[in-house]
Formats: sequence, structure tokens, C-alpha cells
Amino acid sequence: MTLEASPDHSEVASLLEPLDAGLETALAGLHARLARDAQLVHTLDIAYRIVDSPLGKLLLAATDRGIVRVAFELENHGDVLQLLANTVSPRILQAPARLDDAARQLDEYFAGARREFDLILDFRLSRGFRLNVLQHLPRIAYGRTESYAEVAVAAGSPNAVRAVGTACATNPLPVIVPCHRVVKSDGSFGGYLGGADAKRALLTLEAAA
Amino acid sequence: MEPEQAVSKRPFEAVVQEQGATVLRVCRAVLGTHDAEDAWSDTFLAALQAYPDLPPGANVQAWLVTIAHHKCIDHLRAGSRRALPVDSPPERPSGLGIPGGGHAELLDAVAGLPPKQRQAVAYHYLAGLPYKDVADLLGGTPDAARRAGADGVKSLRNALADPPALAHSFSKGELR
Repeated sequence: MTLEASPDHSEVASLLEPLDAGLETALAGLHARLARDAQLVHTLDIAYRIVDSPLGKLLLAATDRGIVRVAFELENHGDVLQLLANTVSPRILQAPARLDDAARQLDEYFAGARREFDLILDFRLSRGFRLNVLQHLPRIAYGRTESYAEVAVAAGSPNAVRAVGTACATNPLPVIVPCHRVVKSDGSFGGYLGGADAKRALLTLEAAA
Repeated sequence: MEPEQAVSKRPFEAVVQEQGATVLRVCRAVLGTHDAEDAWSDTFLAALQAYPDLPPGANVQAWLVTIAHHKCIDHLRAGSRRALPVDSPPERPSGLGIPGGGHAELLDAVAGLPPKQRQAVAYHYLAGLPYKDVADLLGGTPDAARRAGADGVKSLRNALADPPALAHSFSKGELR
């Protein structure tokens, strides 16, 4: 009798399969609706989207204060989102609308048609001296470079050359905050969190425009 | 950062990707295809709101099904308030004879089940909740939940075995 009272699970699941009709299409629409609704009721702490670029896919993430993170594929987008969940908020959705402006300006930049970004940035992932460094970087003009030592002076700590390197290597907003314009005193590129090729590509792009 | 946050909770996007389909199946079984979408939206919006307070390591699927259960009940109540008494139910397009059919019959058969049976089938067979948890949602004992689930499945099988007879029994028997 017990057996009769517990029909086989997989058999029942296949019996119920008609409930799956059009499920994927419905879910795509529902996801978009959730992103919209969440934005409206202010429960979406981080919106993100993935955009194509000459440097590969870029993850763009924004809080309600501004763009908070740009990440290269090399950094592993899943890891980056998990870190945002741990440090800012797990209320994260793929919600492209909040990043329309950023995506458009990046397209223009990579096309050589934009020299400065006009975006509101959220620097909450950076503190102290690293923040000073990042806030100085946009003052390095498009197509120009500065050495780590020059940036250290500009950020108010001439001896902190190594810390400038760390600030650049942990820049949460690469490309938009141009850490790629900081190079070694001997003129070699130095490291880059998107890889040396990405840094070379950006400097070449800016030199050509 | 509080230490609890260090025990990582996944981005909500991952929860939607992983659980969205199951929750939609459950809502479809309990409410029908149309209202299911509103219930799904209500469920995930409420879940997103409450997500930071969910204890790390909690069973996310059971948590979502519980929210969906309450949202579906809201819709069932709103639906019965909206519904006007009619002499006979509106004609539905028949799926009979349509290739790959049986879909409409199954959906009609699920819709024709008493709510408790529909819920028991959805929560146990679609969401995989043990009957003990199903009973927590529906009230009553785990045995009663198990019976409701088994009766529901039996009715569905009968309905699919003999669809035309079923259509008649709905128009008179089940609707008051």
C-alpha cells in the first residue's frame, strides 16, 4: 500500500512535462521584468552586463551610485561577481539598462571616437592611498603616459612607487580609470590586470587617434 | 564587513538562473500558465528583497517554493474574488488530435484538481520537497500531504487515459 501511495518520481515528472511548454521563452521575459521591477523598487543593489570589446568580453557593474567595477575576462567574471556579492551586496542581477551609457561610451572609446569618459563612478571598492592614485589617473591625458614614480608624486607620496603599482594592479575600474597610462620609468609597459597585450592595445589605440 | 558575509552567498542572478525554471513550473501547476508569470515575478521580487537576510547555507529552493506558495495563494484568492459565477465554464480549445498533443489535456487535468492536490503534486514532484515540508506548507500531516499527492497523480493519469470523459466531469462535477 505504501508503494501505491508513492508514485515513481521520474514517471510523474515526465507526466507533468507539458508544463514546460515555452518555459525558456517565458523565463527570458520574466528575467527582464524582474530586472525592471527590482530597479523600480530599489532592491537591485548591483546591476551588471557583459559587453564585447576588442579586449574580449568586459563585465560592467553598477550600484545606484555609479559604475563600481569593470572586469576583464582574464579576471573570471564569475569570481568578480562573487566578490561583489561578498563585499557590497548579493542582490545582483544581470540588468543591462543601468549600464547603457557606459556600454555606449566604451564602444566610442574603442572606436577611437572618445577621449574622456563622462560617467558617474562609485569608488567604494578603493580606499586610502589607492583611492588617491585612482583619482589622479584621469588627469593623465589621453595618449600620454606617466611613470609609477610620477604618479606617486602626484598622489602625494613620492616614496610610494610600489604602492602606486599595487593601486593600478587592483584598479576596480580599468579602461575607464586609465591605469593603462601608467608605465615603468624606463618606458616599458609594466604589468596590467587585463594582461600585457591589453595594455599594449590600449596605448596603441590612444597613440593612433 | 560582517563575518556572516564572508561565508559567501552567491549573486542573486545565479539563484534566478538555477531556480527560475522550477519555480515557474510550480506556479504553472498551481495557477495555470497565465497567472503563473505574475506569481513568479512576485516571488522573485520578494526573494531578492529578502535575500541578504537568508541564512548562509539555507536551502534556497525550499525557501523559494515557500515564497511561491504564498504568492500563489494570493493569486488564487484574488482570482476567486474576481471570478463571476457562470453556468458553465468557457469552452477551451481542445488539444485532441493535435500532433504532439496531450499538452492541453494535461494542463486541463492539473487545473481540474482540487487546490491541495495540485499544490502537493507541484511541491513534491516538481520542486522535490519531502512530504514533511509539503505538509508544513499546506497544513495537516505528512501522511495527508502524501495522500493528496498520490490522489492528484492518480487523477492526472485517469484524465490522460480518458480525456473526453474528463471534460464532462469538469463541467458539472468540480465547479460549484
